[in-house]
Amino acid sequence: MKIIVCVKQVPDAKDVRLDPKTNTLAREGVESIMNPFDRHALEAAVVLKEQYGGTVTAITMGPPQAEDTLRDAVACGADDGVLVSDRAFAGADTWATSYTLAKAVEKLGPFDLILCGKQAIDGDTAQVGPGLAQRLDIPYVAYARKITECVDGVIRLERLMDDGYDEIEMEMPALMTVVKEINEPRVPSLKGKMKSKKMQATVLTAADIGADTECLGLQGSTTQVVKVFSPQFSAEKCMLTGTVDEQVEQLLDKLEELL
Amino acid sequence: MLKIDKEACIGCGVCEDTCTFSAIEVVDGVAVVGDNCTLCGNCVDVCEVGALSIDKVEKKVAADLDDWSGVWVYAEFRDGRVAPVSFELLGAGRKLADQLGVPLSAILLGSGLEDKAQDLVAYGADKVYQIDDPALTHFTDDAYANVFEDLIREHKPEIVLAGATAIGRSFIPRLATMLATGLTADCTALAIREEDGALLQTRPAFGGNIMATIECPTSRPQMATVRPLVMKPNSRDDSRQGEIVKVSADPARLQSRVKVLRSVREESNEVNINEADVLVAGGRGLEDEKGFEMIRELAGLFGGATAASRAAVDSGWIPYPHQVGQTGKTVCPKVYFACGISGAVQHMVGMQSSDTIIAINRDENAPIFDVATYGLVGDVFEILPKLIDRLKDQRSGEGDN
Repeated sequence: MKIIVCVKQVPDAKDVRLDPKTNTLAREGVESIMNPFDRHALEAAVVLKEQYGGTVTAITMGPPQAEDTLRDAVACGADDGVLVSDRAFAGADTWATSYTLAKAVEKLGPFDLILCGKQAIDGDTAQVGPGLAQRLDIPYVAYARKITECVDGVIRLERLMDDGYDEIEMEMPALMTVVKEINEPRVPSLKGKMKSKKMQATVLTAADIGADTECLGLQGSTTQVVKVFSPQFSAEKCMLTGTVDEQVEQLLDKLEELL
Repeated sequence: MLKIDKEACIGCGVCEDTCTFSAIEVVDGVAVVGDNCTLCGNCVDVCEVGALSIDKVEKKVAADLDDWSGVWVYAEFRDGRVAPVSFELLGAGRKLADQLGVPLSAILLGSGLEDKAQDLVAYGADKVYQIDDPALTHFTDDAYANVFEDLIREHKPEIVLAGATAIGRSFIPRLATMLATGLTADCTALAIREEDGALLQTRPAFGGNIMATIECPTSRPQMATVRPLVMKPNSRDDSRQGEIVKVSADPARLQSRVKVLRSVREESNEVNINEADVLVAGGRGLEDEKGFEMIRELAGLFGGATAASRAAVDSGWIPYPHQVGQTGKTVCPKVYFACGISGAVQHMVGMQSSDTIIAINRDENAPIFDVATYGLVGDVFEILPKLIDRLKDQRSGEGDN
């Protein structure tokens, strides 16, 4: 089985803070990591490979330093990594990103399954996975929380819904996005770490994937950012004071006003 | 590409300080752009000497942009019930439609729809297009996207809104890709730009650390998903008149390569935490599973739901569907109680847009108090039982009257 996992390098959310004076994200010490949801997608892929045999290829679109994330993927069980990188991709929205990834995946040849995290923690859009499935014209399921089995070109899984879950059967090739309860990602093995040091990512540029430049980056994007600004927090913070009884009474008054 | 006029650049570094993505740097007195540039244009706006520009090749504007008219709302139907966010969207959509002077329509897809279309009219729809077909009993991305696409291509609405629910966030991106148009996920504000009637879509990014306003300038429809509980529904008005159009779908378009074998509802006694007006959340400070009984009791008194921080979920005190935060759900109830939650950034990004936040924590320096509307410093095991007792007193008092 040939499995492709889409991974994204993102700033570590716990370090991302907004500087209230300059209205910019504090850059000091913000580490780049593999999007946490993608780690679960990778783990699911590696488990499938262990069960059914095959290969796992990690693919990412990003600047040259995104190769670190591919290295990380190989350390955690991927066989190889593909870096889709070109200055022409800058400013891509999810529409242009799914186009670019689809062209790259087509370039890689036939596959059975594409796995993605349910969303990236920087943009939080959850749009690239479904967009990629549509562009490749393959079936797709979001929020997979369990893969039951994978036989005869059919994959069975459970999809998390707002009010429970659905049991699903889907023809392959297919794409699915996964939620974190699908598994507990492994830590890199020593062997994996050694392998990742030696790995050479395949680099694909806009020309390599035969992309139509009009569909790439900012120019290819269907959405445009009008402005970026700092969120407004409620400034009317009020610490209740006094004994526990007094605080509770004050709170009851406030609740009466609110509800 | 971001272009830097080296002659004009005075190396002042204002651009470097402004760049949200650390993509620009002054080297040897001249700004240099790096690979992280997302072409957001903030640096161009602040450059006082006009040394920066973004080389925008004018994207071809779809020729028929003006042919698209009307506001559509996807009314999410599952299991005999329309999701509450649909009524909220009708409230928001009504305002947009009135400002544009166009009709508001609702799209209702499913099986066994009965008279649900009438409810949508009562909440503001002028027209409801409904497809009632057994093939739509279970939600599948391809069948839902296919029939929705056909409706959109036939009637050409300029705006399509859907709830940012599991279903909306699953198939609306596929639909937008089919239509080769832009989609903005998880919007918290929508407005019409007066000059040209464009839809301005505002959403949080970087876990809520920045807000971005986004437009879809060259294609139609303009599509957005909107978070539940952000928009306000209009009051129900049963005297409203609307047209209900029953559409039959092309059977070929109802075919799905995805089969739903079984749909299982979990925690049927619990309100979906995205939909509750009052959420009572507990964290590590509750110490064990028993601590959560107070949380449930308090939530019950408000007819609300229970939520939790990741620490509580990871400790196995409460299942994952209750988790709020970066790796859980984003919620915005009217009132959010944070009990024994210190306030890790990952938790706060999931609840900071709640209307009112009540934080109860032993540590007066806990970060949760930074986002709290009302803060109570003290032991949750002392405060919560007291609060519960007093609320019960109040309730029984009301009962007597």
